[in-house]
Amino acid sequence: MFDEMTGDGDGVRAPYSDIAAWIEASGIDTLRRHTAEAEAIFRRIGITFAVYGEGGDPERLIPFDLIPRVFAAAEWRRLERGIRQRALALNAFLQDVYHRGEILRAGIVPERLVYRNAAFEPAMIGVDPPGRVYSHVVGIDIVRTGEQEFQVLEDNCRTPSGVSYMLENRECMMRTCPELFRGGNIEPVDVYPEELRRTLEEVAPAACDGDPAIALLTPGPFNSAYYEHSFLADLMGIELVEPQDLFVDEGLCWMRTTQGPERVDVLYRRIDDAFLDPLSFRPDSMLGVPGLFDAYRAGGVTLCSAPGAGVADDKEVYVYVPEMIRFYLGQEPILQNVPTWRCSNDEERAYVLERLDELVVKEVHGSGGYGMLIGPHSTAAERAAFAEKIRHDPEGFIAQPTLELSSSPSLAEAGVAGRHVDFRPYCLIGRTIRLVPGGLTRVALREGSLVVNSSQGGGVKDTWVLAE
Amino acid sequence: MLSRTAESLFWMARYIERAEATARLIEMGRRMAMLPGAYGQEEWRSVVAAAGAGAAFDAGARIGEAEVCRSLILDGDNPSSIRACLDRARNNARAVRTALTADMWEGLNEGWRWLGGVEAETVRRDLPATLDRIRSLSALFRGAAQTTMLRGERYDFLSAGAFLERADMTLRLLDAKYFVLLPETGLLLDNRDRYRWISLLHATSAVRAFHYVYRGDFDPSKIAHFMILNAEFPCSLAFCYGGLRAALIRLANRYGARHDCHATVEKAVLQLQDREMDDIFDEGLHEFLLEALRVNARLSGELSRAYHF
Repeated sequence: MFDEMTGDGDGVRAPYSDIAAWIEASGIDTLRRHTAEAEAIFRRIGITFAVYGEGGDPERLIPFDLIPRVFAAAEWRRLERGIRQRALALNAFLQDVYHRGEILRAGIVPERLVYRNAAFEPAMIGVDPPGRVYSHVVGIDIVRTGEQEFQVLEDNCRTPSGVSYMLENRECMMRTCPELFRGGNIEPVDVYPEELRRTLEEVAPAACDGDPAIALLTPGPFNSAYYEHSFLADLMGIELVEPQDLFVDEGLCWMRTTQGPERVDVLYRRIDDAFLDPLSFRPDSMLGVPGLFDAYRAGGVTLCSAPGAGVADDKEVYVYVPEMIRFYLGQEPILQNVPTWRCSNDEERAYVLERLDELVVKEVHGSGGYGMLIGPHSTAAERAAFAEKIRHDPEGFIAQPTLELSSSPSLAEAGVAGRHVDFRPYCLIGRTIRLVPGGLTRVALREGSLVVNSSQGGGVKDTWVLAE
Repeated sequence: MLSRTAESLFWMARYIERAEATARLIEMGRRMAMLPGAYGQEEWRSVVAAAGAGAAFDAGARIGEAEVCRSLILDGDNPSSIRACLDRARNNARAVRTALTADMWEGLNEGWRWLGGVEAETVRRDLPATLDRIRSLSALFRGAAQTTMLRGERYDFLSAGAFLERADMTLRLLDAKYFVLLPETGLLLDNRDRYRWISLLHATSAVRAFHYVYRGDFDPSKIAHFMILNAEFPCSLAFCYGGLRAALIRLANRYGARHDCHATVEKAVLQLQDREMDDIFDEGLHEFLLEALRVNARLSGELSRAYHF
């Protein structure tokens, strides 16, 4: 198993030399004290993850692990190229499937995967979003299995969350452990809100003359990511609006203000497609802004991400992303996919059913680490139940080998110990592509666990990219 | 600014004022109930009435310190309770996080978290300390707003809410106890009355201020004057209307538009300037208070219409 600090052996890898020395010099009690300080800061500021309707504290803290995860400059250079490449290809794919569908005609991606996909939005066919950008923030989940082996686990093209933790984790580290930053060797991440704002300004709609007015559209305080919404709106200096604050008139989008209506040109929406516009998407919904989608199609307002962007990020379409890169960009993928078996294919399904005890089986449309079978950690009864589910709905499942995710030193009960991590960078796409050097490292704090999701006992870490 | 933001700031300020005023009311009830010959239940009943929580108690129910504290401090289901006020203040604050300074949010958030963890037993054991903490919580919030908030439209909506609610609470406190202040010509005043007047002052943390201004005599007419007409006393109706008027004028200048609420508050301020306490007693204190409460409700409605919330 690859460890981020020690590699495959006992020595300390170069990027971790400062961290190793710091752990040694601080001692476990100091690290624990800093952790407690950090948690107090998170609590006080109110950086919480809202979970309503499950009992217990409705506003929970995501556990923060004090020991940062580090990328060397050269590692980051490679990751960065791979992330940009992938984000471009995913947007090209979206542009294609909502227009001529060349990749489908070429027989590279099966039509069924697109046209029968619940996330495919027929009303988007023929619509040209500004800059031909569909997914303006692409979150790519990356795992590492060896010194050189980085693999993409999943793409998020709709409204990936978690970037506020990237920012707050860094703030918190700089506050509790300033000595670590004295060398000036760590790339800053605090330009992210600025970069996001520029990205959004670049995709202002045709109807906008002058400085684009941007707003962040949130479902409201009861949404689990509400803290992030308010945090980002604040740092970008834009209004945080809820659907009831908006209305559409004469093909333009307006917000209700104390001085009457004010124009909105770009909506960074953190709200699902289904709840954007009751006239277009879900007539039974009380939520949303009636007429918003028509205003978008007519170029009166830009929605980021575009409705229907989710068709590029489900777990079966994922299989074809390397092919998309070859098809649209004429390049070889820099970041590899994890080998994936599609249960919709008879041969592949047979393979999966034989090896349930060694594979990870995921629901194609599941998320949050739910609806997953981790073969090596499962019981015979669980496997039997899953086999039944797969036979019943083969198209609903994919399988992947159980990866030995790299571990990173973390503060555990007994002391500093390796815990499995993944990594999510946030790639911004407007007229140009922007990528802040960093991202969110999630860590499975339970010993041996491979599930990093916050809903299942995962925590977060500060993530460093070292300067050249 | 979003109308919803203005609305949330306005109501957040109101709920924080209401939480504090309710804490003061309970403090008053506690003092009155300790007086020799106190009516006990009657005193607590007037506290409940002034807090607007009459509906939370059945007509024949026993109302003592324990019941009032349970209902008015910790019962989140009673909309008049301090906990419910802070819940709503914080929900409003959460909805406009970006409109608050970090100091204001952290002050309110910490207070809310503290009250959320307070047990009924703690309140029973040490009521005065609990009430002090609630008052210091709103003082902290107000102080943070005072020293960290930009003097822009957000501050104006926040002030408008605070002054309107404080005026409301003073009026309701007076109305629940107005009979104590009525001139009882021909009767010998006993000490108990005097104590009850002092309790009214305690409910607005104003015993010393009263002494300073009126030099000692606890005369009901002076107390009523202090709480209604004295423009220097921050809980008085005159002071609160003055503050509300200033906030509304700032908004009118900012936006270049006056509305019904501006005319209403001007008129209310002018009327108080020309009033003498004796006139108010002659016309009927109770009627005066009811009319002022109606004006408050109208102001609140006109203000929300003017700014589209």
